[in-house]
Amino acid sequence: MGHPLRGAAAITGLGMTPMGRIYKSTTELAADATRAALADAGLRKDQVDGLLINAGITGTTGGGLTLGLQNYMGMQNLRLLNHMNAAGSTAAQMVQYAALAISAGMANHVLCVFADAPLREGSSAGAAYGGAARNPQRPRGMSGLYAAAGYFGANTPYALAARRHMAEYGTTQDQLGIIAVGQREWATMSPLAQLRSPITLEDYHNSRWIIEPLHLLDCCLVSNGAVAVVVSSAAAAREMPQPPVYVLGMGQGHPGDTGRTGAEWETQTGAQLAAKTAYAMAGAGPADIDVCQIYDCYTYTVLVTLEDYGFCQKGEGGPFVEDGKLGPGGSLPTNTGGGELSGYYMWGMTPLSEGIIQARGQGGERQVAKHDTVLVTGNGGSLSYHACLILSPHAN
Amino acid sequence: MTETAIPKPLPEADETSGPFFEGAMEGRLMLMRCSDCGTWRLPSRQHCDACLSPNFTWEQGSGRGTVRTFGIMHQRYHPGFQNPYNVTIVELEEGPRLPTNMVGIADDQIRVGMAVVVEFEQHEDVALPKFRPA
Repeated sequence: MGHPLRGAAAITGLGMTPMGRIYKSTTELAADATRAALADAGLRKDQVDGLLINAGITGTTGGGLTLGLQNYMGMQNLRLLNHMNAAGSTAAQMVQYAALAISAGMANHVLCVFADAPLREGSSAGAAYGGAARNPQRPRGMSGLYAAAGYFGANTPYALAARRHMAEYGTTQDQLGIIAVGQREWATMSPLAQLRSPITLEDYHNSRWIIEPLHLLDCCLVSNGAVAVVVSSAAAAREMPQPPVYVLGMGQGHPGDTGRTGAEWETQTGAQLAAKTAYAMAGAGPADIDVCQIYDCYTYTVLVTLEDYGFCQKGEGGPFVEDGKLGPGGSLPTNTGGGELSGYYMWGMTPLSEGIIQARGQGGERQVAKHDTVLVTGNGGSLSYHACLILSPHAN
Repeated sequence: MTETAIPKPLPEADETSGPFFEGAMEGRLMLMRCSDCGTWRLPSRQHCDACLSPNFTWEQGSGRGTVRTFGIMHQRYHPGFQNPYNVTIVELEEGPRLPTNMVGIADDQIRVGMAVVVEFEQHEDVALPKFRPA
């Protein structure tokens, strides 16, 4: 007897806007994605009775998506509504809570929406995420020591984590680079991707340093856009137009902040805990996964996450990826739309959207032949928050 | 436009960290220590990270530790910093970890695990704990 929630819910709709320098409000972007998702799922708006939303960085910096989306879309009979935020792990979490609510009879069709628009006309991508550095106030207390040391932005903790992995396990710059090169190769085959010109390992090494050991090509894009996903019961999904994408397993793991004494936060992530829960629910293990969509805010995040899902031993992520097995034609196709490095940066919706496309078999030129089991992961904070889904076109 | 006149952001004490910053001005690295379980912490929370006890004493740390990890910053975030510079996390002998910078060593000579000792960088009304090779 399997887990009662295994295959109980399915993803039945996907809607996406164009990604990148799209200058619209987050509400307008969310509405564009929502209409597309409803059309994809063959649903009228009044059939949607659950709405979960996640604002990206603009939820913090201003102009972020709010519960006002409900009224903008004219949804008047919601039985489930919330604004969720656990950073990059939120997209997978929205699907999890939607699946739980549907299984509990609290909703039939739950719409999960992410929108973000941090890019302003004439401003850099860096300005979108690093602006707080120029706060004119004197920083107060211990947190002020970070600013005083020049510890800014999300790039810093990920560089520090990657450095620790390199020192502990001998992971090399080439091994990080091969991840970026492989994902760009996938992106050349995705009409959705923002960066579609192939790159070499030499290009990777020649790209400017952001913070050593991270080059520019180790870091994700910043994008404006929106993604909406519909979750329905498995029974309803079989009557709907798209091939159902069943949720076979789900899990979360949240180790907390990077400052805690004794923590090996740099090299041991919440993915370990999430993997246990999700594999147990799905009755699967790493050997059963055909395609990975791993949250890739940085190349290093991919490497450490693959270790924590048991695709290789802890510390062996470098040698594991070195042969290019994550790229096109490799034995573990990963981030097949180019991911957040080369595709588009919609927080956890990047791996989720491509996971749905691959599970449905709608990946076109980049479609992976065997896509029976797809792992989708989300990571947020400084390797602080983690959630995952194991998806399949088969209910059993 | 010259930006060199813009200073680095200098912290000031908040409600919990007064003795830390006062100690720093006198060249002492002051930490909080749980009176119940003995765990050390930076003065960032009102209770012990390990047992949540609110009881603590201020004690002087040894000022010794090791480089936990580091990065070399090239991205320009704040005009007060001259790039590139190192951003280092030092794990103190007592356990807590401090964001800081290594001094007295070239950036390309910094290594994870290196033994270090504190040195205070004096500013007009605040001193910052930096570290050099021990």
